[in-house]
Amino acid sequence: MTTDNPKGQKGDVLLEMKNITIDGFSDEKWHPIIKGVDLTLKRGEVMGLIGESGAGKSTLGLAAMGFARPGCKITGGSIDFDGHDLINATEDELRALWGTRIAYVAQSAAASFNPAHRLLDQTVESTLDASLQTSDAAQSDARELYASLQLPDPDNIGDRYPHQVSGGQLQRMMTAMAMSSRPDLIIFDEPTTALDVTTQVEVLVAMRDIVERFNTAAIYITHDLAVVAQMADFIKVLRYGEEVEEAETRKMLSAPTEDYTKSLWSVRALEKPENISDDTVLEVKNVDAAYAGTVKVLHDVNIKIARGTTVAVVGESGSGKSTTARVITGLLPPLTGETLFNGEPLPPALKDRSKDQLQRIQMIYQMADTAMNPRQTVAEIIGRPLEFYHGLRGRKKQDRILELLDMIELDQTFYDRLPSELSGGQKQRVCIARALAAEPEVIICDEVTSALDQIVQEGILRLLLRLQKEFNITYLFITHDIAVVQAISDEIVVMYQGGVVEQGPKSVVMSPPYPDYTQLLLSSVPEMDPDWLSNLVDGRE
Amino acid sequence: MHPILGTILQRLLLGLITLFFVSLIIFSAIEFLPGDFTQAVLGQAATEETVAAFRRELGLDQPAYLRYFNWVGSVMTGDLGTSFSGRAASGVDRSRAVIDLIAPRLWNTLFLAGMAGIVAVPLALFLGVTAALYRNTMYDRTVNAATLTTISFPEFFVAYLLILFFASLWPVFPSLANVNVDTPFMERIYKCALPALTLTLVIVAHMMRMTRAAIINLLASPYIEMAKLKGVSRARVILRHALPNAWAPIATVIAFNLAYLVVGVVVVEVVFVYPGIGQLMVDAVTTRDIPVVQACALIFAATYIILNLIADIIGIVTNPRLLHPR
Repeated sequence: MTTDNPKGQKGDVLLEMKNITIDGFSDEKWHPIIKGVDLTLKRGEVMGLIGESGAGKSTLGLAAMGFARPGCKITGGSIDFDGHDLINATEDELRALWGTRIAYVAQSAAASFNPAHRLLDQTVESTLDASLQTSDAAQSDARELYASLQLPDPDNIGDRYPHQVSGGQLQRMMTAMAMSSRPDLIIFDEPTTALDVTTQVEVLVAMRDIVERFNTAAIYITHDLAVVAQMADFIKVLRYGEEVEEAETRKMLSAPTEDYTKSLWSVRALEKPENISDDTVLEVKNVDAAYAGTVKVLHDVNIKIARGTTVAVVGESGSGKSTTARVITGLLPPLTGETLFNGEPLPPALKDRSKDQLQRIQMIYQMADTAMNPRQTVAEIIGRPLEFYHGLRGRKKQDRILELLDMIELDQTFYDRLPSELSGGQKQRVCIARALAAEPEVIICDEVTSALDQIVQEGILRLLLRLQKEFNITYLFITHDIAVVQAISDEIVVMYQGGVVEQGPKSVVMSPPYPDYTQLLLSSVPEMDPDWLSNLVDGRE
Repeated sequence: MHPILGTILQRLLLGLITLFFVSLIIFSAIEFLPGDFTQAVLGQAATEETVAAFRRELGLDQPAYLRYFNWVGSVMTGDLGTSFSGRAASGVDRSRAVIDLIAPRLWNTLFLAGMAGIVAVPLALFLGVTAALYRNTMYDRTVNAATLTTISFPEFFVAYLLILFFASLWPVFPSLANVNVDTPFMERIYKCALPALTLTLVIVAHMMRMTRAAIINLLASPYIEMAKLKGVSRARVILRHALPNAWAPIATVIAFNLAYLVVGVVVVEVVFVYPGIGQLMVDAVTTRDIPVVQACALIFAATYIILNLIADIIGIVTNPRLLHPR
């Protein structure tokens, strides 16, 4: 089908963006988001575009299609895609290119597939709309793509609806959708950020192979340098809408010239001396749990947590990590088994627990956004537990709030702000202050850094460690990020399919011999080595 | 069995339970009405003995709970009872079965509602979809302003305006919609044109605006952006990607408006002297003809429940998560 779509030679310039400037509208005025970036991509080349959130990576990636999200506008520069001027192109001219010659793979496949249509219909939609192929030919081609992307049951999986397949499968499905029309260029916009490490590996391999096979050029946007190292021929680092540096992948990894680039993997540098203790504060004993009484999600879970330590619970999504947290907090009473706190059994259901018991176990959530009432100020959010647990009012409450703000390294000006006026990291800090306000013994942290980029992540982790030292707080830290585990844990619990695979001190769990699943999990963490993925695939075969 | 069938059966059962509570409310509301049929018929001059004898004959002397159970019992066997009117203290009984009174009126009402609905629903959907497609253009603003204007005027005012223009200044339609059982079908449509048009103008705005809002609400979804970036044309983005996900709220509003066409149009009936069920009920309330009032109220309640049930079912079957469980 590529016959009527003449492709140039490998090495020809496919996309050339010069001095691009893009403005975004916020706080009632236009701000520059991208400040004069150049980008050149040749046919068959894969470029990695990397930077922390807010660096303008996605905005620049979308601009490569001539598209600006609502609230953004391309204000200057030139974009030349294979002879088409995308800046001055009409909507119809752009539409003729989109989906056929330039395709887009979005970050959240789950949200980016239309829930109302079957996957196969969505996969071939652009191809059919542009009459590139007959319906039958496009569909059988899509099934072949599914097969080469290692999707299960490739002949029938397309008949399913988006909610009927897993996140990792959807992400590969979206790559198949982009590939259906055999485009010249694919923009991958953080395609694996929402996936856990074991799934991420499968998706990365599938995407890399198919891009190579069809000699498609690609822009791969991510905040994870280790991931982009596996995919890209060269890497461009963005910060505050400006280019920091661009270099060939191996060169960038071995010798980044800019300090900023080095800081992008700073979390990996954070390490904590292991602290093992016998003074058990919380114990989960023989817990079985199920949602709605039907599907059992936890089987005989046993976890011991020592006072003043950090126990990391790791495992892929669906392994029961968060469910365990729900059992401990009483949100989900277990079918059998119990939770002991300082040796005393806690009532299984939240509503039966005393104020005193509630106060001692606090929780911090992954999405700081949705965990705060958007109409309450920071002072109200932090003040609520002060009033509820400690009966503080008026002057005393205000003083304590300021003290807590100081502890989380935010100044007094934050007192009256609303959550919408805070950055992602600041929001998570406020959530930490709210948990601290109760003066708990144990804080359950449920993927608290997963939504944050590396540098902000590091700040939050340092804060948590400092607070632990000062107040002897115990953390149960749920995460799927092994780098985070390395950074902060004393003990590690590995979970898989609702059961505990192993529990032990970090030094023991993180060194061989590993149980099979731990081995798989650890080996799936991308490393700062461009050959890591290839070696891993070779090793597993 | 498909899980959807279970859900639908469950909703049906809930509907029946709702209807039961509604029957309680209807009955007690009527109990609280001052005066009764005997006083309305016999007037102030009647002696206490005649009133008492008449009440006994109508069964009004029995305690309320007994009358309630008699009523519910007979309704469940399909018997809506006998109208009070036509009975007199003299003992001569010219009364008619409630069903005979209501049936032709209900048919008239349903006919008018159907006519208005057949015009209004597709029109509202079309205007809503196109307004969403061309949002914030002149077209969008015109449609919004026009529909808002028609909904802002009282129904009787719209009705009189239509009569003024289409029956008086430019007489194409009759100003009176006096139909009966023997009126031929085409003549019926012709006579109902103005009332149906009035009702259409009154209900289009609500449905159109909901359609527009439901679609525009979805346009911020990631899958709509994805569709755009797949090169899907504007019209197809709306029709293929937004509309199928917008049916649930739209169906709810359509059901609400269709129910209104059946139960809330007494003012329009009065203006056009149309023999619908609304007028029948108002008359029955004035004369305290309790069996008729109760039957009408029950029919109105059932209309609401059934239409909302249908909207619920549409909401369920257009949601692939429910239609195709994992």
